[in-house]
Amino acid sequence: MRMSISIENRPIVIASLFIVVILIAGTAYTLSTTGTAPLLSANYLLQQLQTGSFLGICAAGMMMVILLGHIDLSIPWTLTAAAMTATAVGGDLALPTALAVGLAVGLLNGFGVAYLRIPSMIFTLGVDTVLRGLMVAQTGGFAPQDKATPLMLFLAKDKILGIPAAIVVWAAVSLIIMLVLTRTGFGRSIYATGSRERAAYLSGIRTRSVIIGAFVVSSLCAAIAGVLLAGYSAKAYQGMGNAFLLPAIAAVVLGGTHILGGKGRYIGTLIGVILIVLLNSVLSIMQMPEAGRQIIYGSVIIGMLLVYGRNQRITS
Amino acid sequence: MQMVSLKRGVSQNMGFATAVLLLLALYLTYNMMHPRGFSSAVAIQNSNETVAIAFVAMAQTLPVLLGGLDLSVGAVMTLTNCVASLLLNGSPAQILLGMGLTLLTGTMFGLMNGLIVVYGRIQPIIATLATGAIAMGLALLIRPEPGGNVDGDLGWALTNSVWDLADTYGFADGGDAWWLRPFADIPVPFLLVLFVAIFVWLPFRRSVTGRTVYAIGSAEGAAYMSGLPINRAKIAAFTLGGFFAACGGLYLAIQTSSGNADIQQAGAYTLNSIAAVVLGGTSLLGGTGGAIGSLIGAMILRVISFYFRILDIDPLLQPLIEGLVLLTAVSFGAFRTLRVKNQLDLFR
Repeated sequence: MRMSISIENRPIVIASLFIVVILIAGTAYTLSTTGTAPLLSANYLLQQLQTGSFLGICAAGMMMVILLGHIDLSIPWTLTAAAMTATAVGGDLALPTALAVGLAVGLLNGFGVAYLRIPSMIFTLGVDTVLRGLMVAQTGGFAPQDKATPLMLFLAKDKILGIPAAIVVWAAVSLIIMLVLTRTGFGRSIYATGSRERAAYLSGIRTRSVIIGAFVVSSLCAAIAGVLLAGYSAKAYQGMGNAFLLPAIAAVVLGGTHILGGKGRYIGTLIGVILIVLLNSVLSIMQMPEAGRQIIYGSVIIGMLLVYGRNQRITS
Repeated sequence: MQMVSLKRGVSQNMGFATAVLLLLALYLTYNMMHPRGFSSAVAIQNSNETVAIAFVAMAQTLPVLLGGLDLSVGAVMTLTNCVASLLLNGSPAQILLGMGLTLLTGTMFGLMNGLIVVYGRIQPIIATLATGAIAMGLALLIRPEPGGNVDGDLGWALTNSVWDLADTYGFADGGDAWWLRPFADIPVPFLLVLFVAIFVWLPFRRSVTGRTVYAIGSAEGAAYMSGLPINRAKIAAFTLGGFFAACGGLYLAIQTSSGNADIQQAGAYTLNSIAAVVLGGTSLLGGTGGAIGSLIGAMILRVISFYFRILDIDPLLQPLIEGLVLLTAVSFGAFRTLRVKNQLDLFR
């Protein structure tokens, strides 16, 4: 019987195959140099996924926005701002504070994009700069508390039933996003608005609210990732979110979500994140210098998109 | 008749006209407040600090006109900066060859971007995200540690006034010839940017290829059906973008006499270039605007940061003010939504 894979699932299948290739290549390398196969041990994989969960949560939020055909460039400093204000407030209020920061940023982003109609690319960039300014102003003159609270430490470092809590949080976020995208009206509206906002508006979808909702989810995810990352490194610091923006976009796109919106499945994003995390860990096992990492990283994205991410030819 | 066409010209270039007025107002006020305002020294320092971002903003303009975005401009500038920091020394011929190779590197990289976008049919924003990483990797290979060896005379001559240029290379009687007097105080970097804008950008804009870039940004399907050379225009746009980015990298190497493969810095240049393009009146949806506007936009961004030096503002508040100014400036685009008569026009 001939295997047939629908167009929508092709990226997911190919990306999964590539993950297997990475694992085999990495294991072959470690077997030939040290004679061990750490990549295949469950402990090592869980540890990698634990550090990957921050990226995973950011990418989950980013996907909602990309499905609309927009993009959220404010993730780095939303993440940092949430973590820094949470640790500064401290105590039991830390977690609600972080979420409140995420909510506020999301509402602002959504307002600018949905009502002011400023391209998300530039509006979220501006919000990112303002957040950076606020954080520099807040922490520069005096040093507020930046220690992670016990709850944050627990969420990032402890284990629940042998599984790192960070992965459990990631799984919970993933489950919620997946359910929202496939089982709720809001999710359907996101796909509709992303495909063609004009048509969605005419069929009675309140596209403005949908856009605001997606940006709120994105910022909330960034805030959660910020809380976890602060717990993982035991403190919040400036620039902690810088490393997450581009990999998050790359993970979403590698997972088959169309950058112009309307198409994509959450499982693909999940696989995209795992692919990037494993690629990174194999490259660090090989002690690849930063230069080589960047080149390989870029080539992998180009190569995979050449296989399945190509646009339709313009014919009319 | 003349008035009508002038009026139409302004109303069709509202964004650009506003940007020019804003820049003039900001820069004149700056010079009036500066203790040594309106002097050659201040102009030289200011223009030196503006050149790199101005070129990168011009590079970003072309993909934006197509309706795309180039996330690799900062990385290509960094790559060419590192290449230039290796090659710009030795005999005059070697230096010239080094400059040529530097510009060629950037142009080739832009060409590669264009080929990937056109024949790979990958969205520009994501293709350049990946090639940007490759450019950074190459830059790190060339220059793992910051540093460089750039000819000192060249660095001095190109980063000062026209008189210093003539003095260094001993033409026009060492800068004292009568015909050089009117230009003697003009900063060389300013002239370099002007030169590239006039002799590279304007001819391109007037060519069929350049016009096709605008057509693609407005309506790609219609441009295709009209028989315009779509593929050629896209490849040319990215190639020219690479060339502009290389100009920025080359100048940065001459100015700082070093190369620095800094990922953060490359990212900052890319993001600032988008802001400059928007400030200069180019629409992110494609089809309207131009590199001259982006040049103005880049200058506005820089002048705002110059103000921090003369005003007694707490340095800790500077990033916040920069951000608020940027956010406010782009929010002016929202006035468009008030003028729209049909709600549906708001949606693409």
